[in-house]
Amino acid sequence: MRDAGWGRELTGTLVVAACAVGVLPMLVSTYTLTVLIIYGMLGLSLGLVWGFGGILCFGQAAFFGLGAYTYAIAAINFGESTVPMLLAVAVPAGFAAVLGAMLFYGRLTDVYLGVITLVVTLILHRFMNATAGSEYVIGNARLGGFNGIPGFQTLNVPGDPSAYVWGESFYYFSAVCLLLAYLLVSAVLRSSFGRIAVGIRENETRAALMGYDVPARKTVMFAAGAAIAGLAGALFANWAEIVTPRLFSLSQSADIIIWCIVGGLGTRIGPVLGAAGLSYLKFLLGQQDLLHNSVVSGAILVLFVLFLPGGIAPVLANAWRLITRRRPRSRYRRRRGPRSSLASGDA
Amino acid sequence: MDLVLVIVVEVLYAIGALVLISAGLAVIFGMMRVINLAHGEFMMLGGYATITAVDLGVNVFLAMLVLAPAVVGVLGLAVERLVIRHLYGRLIDTMLATWGLSLLFIGIVTMLFGNTTTGISTPIPGFALGDYQVNGYNFFIVLVAAVLLLLMLAVLRSTRSGLIARGTMQHSDMAASLGYNPDRIYMLTFACGSALSGLAGAVLAPLVGLVPTSGGAYIAKAFITVIAGGPALIAGLASSAGVFGLINQIFSFAVSPVVGEVALLVAAVILLRLLPRGITDRLFRESL
Repeated sequence: MRDAGWGRELTGTLVVAACAVGVLPMLVSTYTLTVLIIYGMLGLSLGLVWGFGGILCFGQAAFFGLGAYTYAIAAINFGESTVPMLLAVAVPAGFAAVLGAMLFYGRLTDVYLGVITLVVTLILHRFMNATAGSEYVIGNARLGGFNGIPGFQTLNVPGDPSAYVWGESFYYFSAVCLLLAYLLVSAVLRSSFGRIAVGIRENETRAALMGYDVPARKTVMFAAGAAIAGLAGALFANWAEIVTPRLFSLSQSADIIIWCIVGGLGTRIGPVLGAAGLSYLKFLLGQQDLLHNSVVSGAILVLFVLFLPGGIAPVLANAWRLITRRRPRSRYRRRRGPRSSLASGDA
Repeated sequence: MDLVLVIVVEVLYAIGALVLISAGLAVIFGMMRVINLAHGEFMMLGGYATITAVDLGVNVFLAMLVLAPAVVGVLGLAVERLVIRHLYGRLIDTMLATWGLSLLFIGIVTMLFGNTTTGISTPIPGFALGDYQVNGYNFFIVLVAAVLLLLMLAVLRSTRSGLIARGTMQHSDMAASLGYNPDRIYMLTFACGSALSGLAGAVLAPLVGLVPTSGGAYIAKAFITVIAGGPALIAGLASSAGVFGLINQIFSFAVSPVVGEVALLVAAVILLRLLPRGITDRLFRESL
């Protein structure tokens, strides 16, 4: 489906992304921006699985944490960062594929799915917290229990373990990763796989009756989301230079879901913006002690569910459409045919 | 011989604790189909209500059995009126909204009481059983859980209000056409469920150090117990609490308490895979 619209969208995304990456460091430090980008990627992963696949995963933090831990453990053992980065994508994806196959071929739906993913996250959280003893070792890496794993090899130029990628250049690296993930998600959603995934979200029975293998497709979707979350986890490990069981915590899972709701489900950019915006808000709130952080995030979640369940992105898209339509030139604009209806569909 | 007795007591205690943890959720989720992710925080608030009351000089049993359920029940009423009643029938949205509420409660309690561990001592002394020391309070938990189950059974089965509540949950239009106000019944049922959660939190408070985030420890257990229980409310609650309590304690004694917790969660995942609609979907189908 590489039609003309795809080319235009590609240029548009690249231009906007380049502007944002160039301009934002003037306003916020790149250290903070890097983690916002990483959270944006994490938001994108759940946005894909939940917003387009219709799979409400309460345990996206599990894949995030798994990616981070995989990276840390592998980096200590290899002393180099290229293979660990790849593993950090592959291990969560593989784990999600196994878990997803178990869930989807068992035909578990909404609530049960949410509860089981939540429980799996809790199991990992408990387990990682309980690995303080010296018997919990993978290769040279001690799992370290509550204190986590510090002091692993951070990102380096492939093949040269002493050439670290850090600070400013790590910021650009993360931004490029997010952009690639975003474009990949866009491409997938434009492919027939993406369209059928949306079809399954809308009506699973109908998709099954038309001959599509619903459990297999959902499993692949779930694994794809986990792969992106794993990449975000690996980047986070590089940013924080330590991994702790907190990555698996319930509040981390809650945050990801809040980002998606606030940003706008069923849009690609919404969860990214929601993640970056809310994390920045949290960062600002962390600098004062009048209001506790979770009061604000809790209130935001309740208010959005009650009053703006669609999130911010559709509102912004509508506003943008309203503005562009009011332009005097619009009188001469020709009808675009079926494409414009598609554009309004995925904002 | 003493060891066997101790293990029996511990298993009964684990089952009783699970029944308590899940009872409120069984009403709110099992009956009303409201996915209340703030359930753990209702329990946490019950615990804080008890501790505050005891600090003010109220008798500890009065605080646990009367005051805490009342406080949390009223709070549940407010939550239902303000948030939940707009979201009936929208499963995912109630789930998200109650998750928001749980964060909100954690934040507010942290601001009020601080992020420190508080607690009260157990009001019943322990005693020696052969070579082992047994916590006397465990018997109280088992007793409360048993009385609670019987009481719930009696109310739902033999009283008029129990009948009306069950009927409304099954078919609210029919209840409305018979002259009952479903809105009011939903509201009161939700408040009752919250009160049960508050009671559980209060009764378990002396056993745990209470922190604002301690609700998180209960929520997964409560949900898997209720979901694994299946459609029959009381029988499901009792049977799944029995299975999980047994598994938890066997692994706790055989390996370690952490493995016991993990075994419980793994057992839940396997059980749900085998019986996706819960235990009482296959067994005890006709019971309540």
